[in-house]
Amino acid sequence: MSTRRAVVTGMGVVAPGEPGSKAFWDMMTSGRTATRPISLFDAAGFRCRIAAECDFDPALSGLTPQEIRRMDRAAQFAVVAAREALADSGLGDGEVDPDRVAVAIGNAVGNTTKMEQEYVVVSDGGRRWLTDWTYAVPHSYQFMVPSSVATEVAWLVGAEGPATVVSTGCTSGLDALGHAMQLIAEGTADVVIAGATEAPVSPITVACFDALKATTPNNADPAGACRPFDRDRDGIVLGEGSAVFVVEEAGHARRREARVHADLVGYASRANAYHMTGLKADGREMAEAIRAALRQARITPAEVDYVNAHGSGTRQNDRHETAAVKASLGGHAYRVPMSSIKSMVGHSLGAIGSIEIAASILAITHDVVPPTANLHHRDPECDLDYVPVHAREHPVDVVLSVGSGFGGFQTAVLVAAPGRVAA
Amino acid sequence: MTTATVTGIGVAAPTGVGLAAYWSATVAGKGAIDVIGAYDASGYPSRLAGEVRDLDAVERVPKKLRPQTDHMTHMALVAAEEALADAGIDPLAWPEYEMGVITANSAGGTVFGQRELQKLWTRGPLHVSAYMSVAWFYAATTGQLSIRHQMRGPCGVLAADQAGGLDALGQARRVLRGGTRMVLAGGTDAPMSPAGLTAQIATRLLSRSDDPARAYLPFDSAAGGFVPAEGGAMMTVEDAAAARGRGVRGYGVIAGYAATFDPPPGSARPPALGRAIVRALADAGVRPDEVDVVLADAAGVPALDRAEADALRGVFGPRGVPVTAPKTTTGRMYAGAGPLDVVTALLAIRDGVIPPTVNVAEPAPEYQLDLVCGAARPARLATALVLARGHGGFNSAVVVRGPDR
Repeated sequence: MSTRRAVVTGMGVVAPGEPGSKAFWDMMTSGRTATRPISLFDAAGFRCRIAAECDFDPALSGLTPQEIRRMDRAAQFAVVAAREALADSGLGDGEVDPDRVAVAIGNAVGNTTKMEQEYVVVSDGGRRWLTDWTYAVPHSYQFMVPSSVATEVAWLVGAEGPATVVSTGCTSGLDALGHAMQLIAEGTADVVIAGATEAPVSPITVACFDALKATTPNNADPAGACRPFDRDRDGIVLGEGSAVFVVEEAGHARRREARVHADLVGYASRANAYHMTGLKADGREMAEAIRAALRQARITPAEVDYVNAHGSGTRQNDRHETAAVKASLGGHAYRVPMSSIKSMVGHSLGAIGSIEIAASILAITHDVVPPTANLHHRDPECDLDYVPVHAREHPVDVVLSVGSGFGGFQTAVLVAAPGRVAA
Repeated sequence: MTTATVTGIGVAAPTGVGLAAYWSATVAGKGAIDVIGAYDASGYPSRLAGEVRDLDAVERVPKKLRPQTDHMTHMALVAAEEALADAGIDPLAWPEYEMGVITANSAGGTVFGQRELQKLWTRGPLHVSAYMSVAWFYAATTGQLSIRHQMRGPCGVLAADQAGGLDALGQARRVLRGGTRMVLAGGTDAPMSPAGLTAQIATRLLSRSDDPARAYLPFDSAAGGFVPAEGGAMMTVEDAAAARGRGVRGYGVIAGYAATFDPPPGSARPPALGRAIVRALADAGVRPDEVDVVLADAAGVPALDRAEADALRGVFGPRGVPVTAPKTTTGRMYAGAGPLDVVTALLAIRDGVIPPTVNVAEPAPEYQLDLVCGAARPARLATALVLARGHGGFNSAVVVRGPDR
């Protein structure tokens, strides 16, 4: 088998609250939440009117007026996060052959804000089915396709290897890292700019979740609205943001004496083939994904120090996920801390998997487990250690991060402290 | 080593729904580009498209699924069913975790999406369908195929505009190498809603001709843009040895794959399509002189045609290999184009015939291409190269061979 291993040498985060990975980790350890009344559009008339929003100013984040004009917020997040990751990695200009650099960006709903704004103009507020093409801006097509996000990141870093958007709904952010691991392992690339981005706080996406009654109706208490594993939880809170990593072949990183944040050691994805949005309580396919990822990493359940949960804030997820972790980790499930950062930064759909990997890596770096905020009354059906309310000092070498989402996809990623898992 | 063999094919194309209908039209050079029929397109500067009109969703898509899914997914459901039947696979009898689904998508379910956007903006959020989220998003087709056929193995969705369809096949091969027994792979796309057309017009890459025979002329000196289309293909991909074990030889092998990305605009570095070709050939262990035919991306836009001709000349020499663009009969179908071209290449190898590039009398002389124009060309074919490029700089190349003896 392959001996080419993937390590993370750079990290950039744009999460709800202030941008940057430092601000992100401050929020993770403080237990504060970034959920608030929607400010990005007037949400009057919507069932759910809260979200976890980024305090993001594209100009202050270094984007030029032309970049701001041609990119949707999702692409802007990705480019800013990729820039931080690149600087963090210490990779210099011309240090890597562009042919050996790939791009894999997870995203579920594309450039939805700009796409919708463009639609509103060309349809004259929805009145015209036959949209008026003369009102279309030059970048309309880039707003319609998600692939333009990968284009922007590839241009930023000058990547000339394979570039793609990985779009598996809510597991996209984990699957993009799995894709990067594959590209490294098979020898296609030495460096993959991998991560995910999403900016779904737009009327159409909020309406989609309203229609499913998937989002919380708790508009009165935005900060306390997302309550994974709590008996009073009543739905997800939409979030937005991006996390992008420099994923590098281990030998390549060693030769340039790069600092390694963490190793990506296991990845697997399975489908429940059950329902596009529904989950069975037994967590069977997520458990299978976890077992497959553990096998790939040659890690035993007892070696997992922290489970970064999907924890979206719905009853069906909490039961599904709790069952999956029990089924795959056995008795260790009761001993390992497990928490959901969605309680603080919301559910940013395709991006959240990568943001959760950022939290997982920072947990390894700092030996601190982020909490599940708002967890005051544990659901009796959920009897694991969900790290309520307060971050916890805890030695963390190996993290299991799981995701579950639309389409029935279930993904597990294993992240380990540098060199912790033998090659 | 895993050998990725295509054992079943399903097609939903403007020129035919079903492999047999598509293939006979393709060899005959029978085109289906026409004035858009789904709505009155007379107010648009580009009014032609390749529409999939022969797919009877009422007949072919389960009643419950129809209102929950977009046209793009209807086409995939029909093509997948054909591919599975063609391969002799009853998914319910196969191990659930050993079947995966990988599709490519470019723009989501644009018709479903536009209808719900219209409801939201004219009637308010309470009128948006509960199916909107799962019908229009890019992962809709993979999710529905996984559910319909009870496939619980690795599933994926790639978006790289028109290059993504070939990437899905490359990804299917990766998944097979990871130990999965069978991957249902390909792509079907339907970006032709009025809003979708409007966004495409903004690229200024679409033809503005009203003459179906003159609108899409790749490599012609009169090339002036392309005609968009909907459709695509789905395939079952299995390891050759495992397929042989159940008595199936298959259509042929995905022998090589590579993808590259062009340097940023204004860069002094050369475009990357040629490197995708070189890498895909190396991946397949094939020398350029062993390639018997190239199915070109064929953008029909002069600058892009020139870039592709340069790349081909760089690898194969002037007029070094027969080149064809059967998509001149259908139009360019985004994420569906690559898989359909791979189908075309496999059938060309099987039948020893290169389907023609229609409507182009001869390529512009400076491209120095041996373009198969007008009528099909009989030829002994063992190896074909398929190219696809996506808007923004995506390049993908797949090498296919006939079935292993």
